[in-house]
Amino acid sequence: MSNIPDDLKYSKSHEWVRVNEDGSVTVGISDSAQDQLGDMVFIEVPEVGQTVTAEEACAVVESVKAASDVYAPVSGDIIEVNEALSDAPETVNQDAYGEGWLFRMQPGDATELDALLDADAYQAFLDSESH
Amino acid sequence: MPFIPHSKTDVSEMLATIGAPNIEALFDEIPAGLRTGKLSGVPEGLNEQEITRLMLERAEQDGRPLCFMGAGAYDHHVPAAVWEITTRGEFYSAYTPYQAEASQGTLQLIYEFQTMMTGLTGLDASNASLYDGASGLAEAVLMAVRANRKSKSRRILMPKTVHPHYRKTTRTIVDNQGIELVELPYSPAGGNTLEEALQAHAGEDIAAVVIQQPNFFGILEDVDVLTDWAHSQGALVIAVVNPVSLALLKPPGHWGSAGADIACGEGQPLGVPLMAGGPYFGFMCCKQEFVRQMPGRIVGRTLDRDGLEGFTLTLQAREQHIRRSKATSNICTNQGLLVTAATIHMSLLGATGLQRVAQACHDNTRKLVAALTASEHVEPVFDRPYFHEAPLRLALPVDDIARPLQAHNILPGYDLRQEYPELGEALLVCATETRTDADIATYADHLNRIFATRTTAGCPVKPKMA
Repeated sequence: MSNIPDDLKYSKSHEWVRVNEDGSVTVGISDSAQDQLGDMVFIEVPEVGQTVTAEEACAVVESVKAASDVYAPVSGDIIEVNEALSDAPETVNQDAYGEGWLFRMQPGDATELDALLDADAYQAFLDSESH
Repeated sequence: MPFIPHSKTDVSEMLATIGAPNIEALFDEIPAGLRTGKLSGVPEGLNEQEITRLMLERAEQDGRPLCFMGAGAYDHHVPAAVWEITTRGEFYSAYTPYQAEASQGTLQLIYEFQTMMTGLTGLDASNASLYDGASGLAEAVLMAVRANRKSKSRRILMPKTVHPHYRKTTRTIVDNQGIELVELPYSPAGGNTLEEALQAHAGEDIAAVVIQQPNFFGILEDVDVLTDWAHSQGALVIAVVNPVSLALLKPPGHWGSAGADIACGEGQPLGVPLMAGGPYFGFMCCKQEFVRQMPGRIVGRTLDRDGLEGFTLTLQAREQHIRRSKATSNICTNQGLLVTAATIHMSLLGATGLQRVAQACHDNTRKLVAALTASEHVEPVFDRPYFHEAPLRLALPVDDIARPLQAHNILPGYDLRQEYPELGEALLVCATETRTDADIATYADHLNRIFATRTTAGCPVKPKMA
């Protein structure tokens, strides 16, 4: 039902990661996550310049029924945040992997990306969670 | 919800349906070791006749003195209609009536309350109330630390002119969260917080500045100067205000060039009797940009799926039952009954009525101060304007005055010596709209007589300070 693009990496806390050409990574929440959370009403993005460690909560997505933490998939510095979401939080529901991106960061240690799941592994993870 | 009794037959049928032999069996899950059985140390129960007598005797110990004390709780007139309506079953015995499907009346009332509070404070949003003024300030401090993302210091400037109980309560609540309350001194002449006191912290990282208006002494602070200074330093402004005074004074939303960011305070003056200290309610309002950081319940107005107007709790994802340890607060309720009384009280008075009450309070306190300071043994402590309270310095120890006055059934004022020993023999006096000229004359007469008997020649008493 939810889609899981092949070219992205995923965390067990339902973030997706796109590795960009310049070595930075763009982060958002998966389609499965936005579907579970429901209609988004508010997105609290991190601050540009903020330093985060892997698995540290750095953003909050708030839907009509829950406010859920978003965790940094790897350690590094936040270099860009999606300002458009403050006026249109529903973008996360409509285009989770595209316009619904949350923030872009510069990883401190690129090898941390290896610990993330690929599309198949994430699908398997979702299947195991679903009961 | 209507009352639906059940008979023995009903109970038997229900037990048979679920297959339980008796009601005791339904508690089988609780391990025997956790059952308390008989409570030792609790005396035998009294019957209704005995307990009624005991309570009547206790109640007689409550006096009805002539009250000239304020200091955070005020003796205002509450129209009879307020509690006639508030004690109706639909309001009085309702238990957490917040379901939109079942409680549109209650939710609408809370929405009206929120609207009135934003009107009084000049801010954008209000919550459905907190426990009281003191814990309201603590919540405001926690909120300011969360909301001021540019500040990392978790330091709050707290003037000594803020109510001492509020400062103590706030310290109790925020201490373990690593929030530091930095005390600011006040002017010995004016009783207000001076800009110089703030300036001593210029350039430091401050999360918020608290400003109480009128302050604990009843004195008016320079709210514009203090607000602008705080904002120039990147600090938020928390206003602690008396809701009745807002009918006359500039509302926090209009302080300085940008307005205070958060306003809180004690709602007791709005339709809640003194009741020996409570229950009262706290209120909190804020600018729109901070509404997601505001603790407590918030009622919103919206349209249902048929396009009809309705009311519902909103922004609940910030609350404890969803966010748990990351919630904006551990509070997950409000003071519904008192909010009901306050809303009806404000509706009955209206804006003009509230203004008249405030004006009468101010006038009566001026008369009281004039009457008491006519004596050479009494002088005002401060020289700045006040709202409906003012500290007075006495030529005799406060105890020597208070005891005989209390024997005449007069509550002369709040003894300031314990929390502000630097003021000497000082008493904080207050006269609301309920104190008449005759009441004030009674106080003045008795006070003068006490001074007369104690300052006759040969008595080793200091004359009035030069």
